[in-house]
Amino acid sequence: MSKLPLVLRELHRSETSLGRTLLAVADRHHVEHEVFHLARDLARRPREHVRRLADVGHDHGLTLDPEPRWTVPDRVAAVLRRGGDALGRRPEPGLLLLADLRRLHRKAAGVSLDWELLAQAAQGMKQPRLLELARSCHPETLRIMQWSNAHLKVMSPQIIAS
Amino acid sequence: MDGNTRLCTATAAAALKETFGCDGQPGSYTDVDDADVIALFGHNVAETQPVLWMRILDRLAGQDPPRLVCVDPRDTEVARAARAGGGVHLAPLPGTNLALMNGLLHEIIANGWVDRDYVGAHTVGFAELEQRVVDYPPEKVARICRITPQEIRAAARVLGHAERLLSTVLQGFYQSHQASAAAVQVNNLNLVRGMLGRPGCGILQMNGQPTAENTRECGADGDMSGFRNWSNDAHVADLAGHWNLDPLQIPHMSPPTHAMQMMRYVENGSIGMLWVSATNPAVSMPELARIRKILSRDGLFLVVQDIFRSETAELADVVLPAATWGEKTGCFTNADRTVHLSDKAVDPPGGARPDLDIFLDFARRMGFRDKDGAPFPQWHDAESAFDAWAASTAGRPCDYTGLSHAKLRATPSGVQWPCNVEHPDGTERLYTDGRFFSAPDYCESCGRDLVTGAPLDATRYRVLNPDAKAILKAAEYLPPHEPPTAEHPMVLITGRTLYHFHTRTKTGRVPELQKAAPEVWVECSAGDARRLGLAEGDVVEVATPRGALRARVRVSGIREGVVFLPFHYGYWDTSMSTGTGASRAANELTITDWDPVSKQPLFKTAAARLTRIGSGQGPAPAPTVGASRPVGDGVAATRGGRGARVQELTGAGEA
Repeated sequence: MSKLPLVLRELHRSETSLGRTLLAVADRHHVEHEVFHLARDLARRPREHVRRLADVGHDHGLTLDPEPRWTVPDRVAAVLRRGGDALGRRPEPGLLLLADLRRLHRKAAGVSLDWELLAQAAQGMKQPRLLELARSCHPETLRIMQWSNAHLKVMSPQIIAS
Repeated sequence: MDGNTRLCTATAAAALKETFGCDGQPGSYTDVDDADVIALFGHNVAETQPVLWMRILDRLAGQDPPRLVCVDPRDTEVARAARAGGGVHLAPLPGTNLALMNGLLHEIIANGWVDRDYVGAHTVGFAELEQRVVDYPPEKVARICRITPQEIRAAARVLGHAERLLSTVLQGFYQSHQASAAAVQVNNLNLVRGMLGRPGCGILQMNGQPTAENTRECGADGDMSGFRNWSNDAHVADLAGHWNLDPLQIPHMSPPTHAMQMMRYVENGSIGMLWVSATNPAVSMPELARIRKILSRDGLFLVVQDIFRSETAELADVVLPAATWGEKTGCFTNADRTVHLSDKAVDPPGGARPDLDIFLDFARRMGFRDKDGAPFPQWHDAESAFDAWAASTAGRPCDYTGLSHAKLRATPSGVQWPCNVEHPDGTERLYTDGRFFSAPDYCESCGRDLVTGAPLDATRYRVLNPDAKAILKAAEYLPPHEPPTAEHPMVLITGRTLYHFHTRTKTGRVPELQKAAPEVWVECSAGDARRLGLAEGDVVEVATPRGALRARVRVSGIREGVVFLPFHYGYWDTSMSTGTGASRAANELTITDWDPVSKQPLFKTAAARLTRIGSGQGPAPAPTVGASRPVGDGVAATRGGRGARVQELTGAGEA
């Protein structure tokens, strides 16, 4: 029996987790303006991917939530932001930022591998719709990987040296 | 290290690097003389570069005038000239430039107005661009930009039928949402139309001032000197050779730390000393309450070097009085690569000294050494510094090796770089043969992702562009980060007036200029004025999520839903003080956000609210010349006076 539904379900899970992580990182680093704005911009992609996965999941007998809960409740987010803002005037959160970017990068790498698995299976099983889905979504996952890597490189010398 | 250029035209440099692999203005001001269509994207040239505008006016008044395409939410002189001459004025909602550009490119491609031969021979990336802009038909773009699909089609028709297209770009794009991505699409427009490197076919990614160009090519914006590539070890070694340094002494582990990030490092305490020379962040940077707090921080040692006691100098630990132009000798390079020499005419007053003298004195006192233990830098005055700079540009795109103070003194109208043995009289326009500075081993930059700004690595660049072509980069439109809301239903943009420069440190001291625009004002449209019950000259409160200020309202031709504030006005010549509800600097209201590619702050995308406070006495203190022209009657025209008249005698007794 095909394990394709398993792959789709795992992708849905990992994309959801990546989207949530992006939003949480944005909230935690509200005072790092570029991180805040970009992480929120980038979080649009996992959201879109999850919708498309839910849609395509029907063909494979899956019921995947197209709109899972993305954020922690507003009240918690506000606390996260206030915490980030208050700590943001001290040097230690720099290390927290590096750790968050590192985690984000690893998470995006996991999702990227999941898209590879889907693309390979779609080719092997002659599933053009799934192949097209992987082709259009995977570059956006790679973009998140590249950004988290690049930003880690840009930020780390000052944070570590100071 | 960073320059005021970061706030001003960093996006020009970024856009050129993305498309051509290297900074450097492709076109020339002389392209104005030959173009049959001039397209100005967010470029109110009549007020920001009035001399260039005079050149355009000459064409408009002459035979066979060019048609203008103007993209600006304000009713500028350029917009008026565009409409009057059979061109098109588009006034999109601020923050939607990229959607508009994608829409225009959609029409150009869909109607077959593409120069396939040029694209095939000289560019990479057309397939991706075509695929991207398919998603931006005029109807969809019209909804995003809140203009009509007919207007988009009309503008595309003018651009698509141009035979010699000159495109120019400035702050309306550079200081707005998705700045670099939008400016890059202007490059794409000229490339897909094959309009580059011939008379009248050019791109002018504009600068605000000549020193912006020098900031970029010398590396005062943190980039490598001479358009070298920080991620290319051979380039860094070459520069180290010129300066007789160990390559490790030249920081090149990542792209330069930009001004906005520096402020963040001061804020969290990891930068302890800041040296501000010839600029005024306490008025010019976004979210001033935050900037003042940062510059006043206990742990910060702030040095300010300026010709006047600016708002930033008020916060300094040490103030170094500097000489101004005319009191020192040095070179300027303008937006079309023309290098000028400006000789010293008079001595600076009192203890004021040229910036170069101050920096060299500092270097000597600090005991900076090159790798052989000799004093670094090796130069000791303006001319020896210029010669060292020229030597270090050998073989680079901005080749100055054919230039010297003597040659520039003998050529008062300037010389356009590259100027070397091969081009002894300089070079009018770049890329005339469809060859670019973009070869992987030669390029200044391997480019960045247009959405995230993440630098591309050299290996990927080599695959993308092995043969030194121009790169067509596409990007999707994303909504602005601070869209209008019920509480703040309008969009605030800040900008310039003809009569003032930057934070008025100079122009505010010229009586005629000061009289023409004596005080801050706020502009809104007639429709919004009616809706809000505002009359010309009423006192209003302008509020954003950062704060509020009061100003008199000018009812102007600006598009509905948009509010304009001039950013020039600070506090040095007013009794107003900050934090009392009586502030007047536009940047009290702007958001801290920057373009991820160019790192230029966004001054033109904030949500705002206008509230009537009361009636003023008479009209707003805004000039009637330029985009602030009132829509109603009864406002006295802005005019010069007798005091502004000058008689200049040249030669032997000629009048």
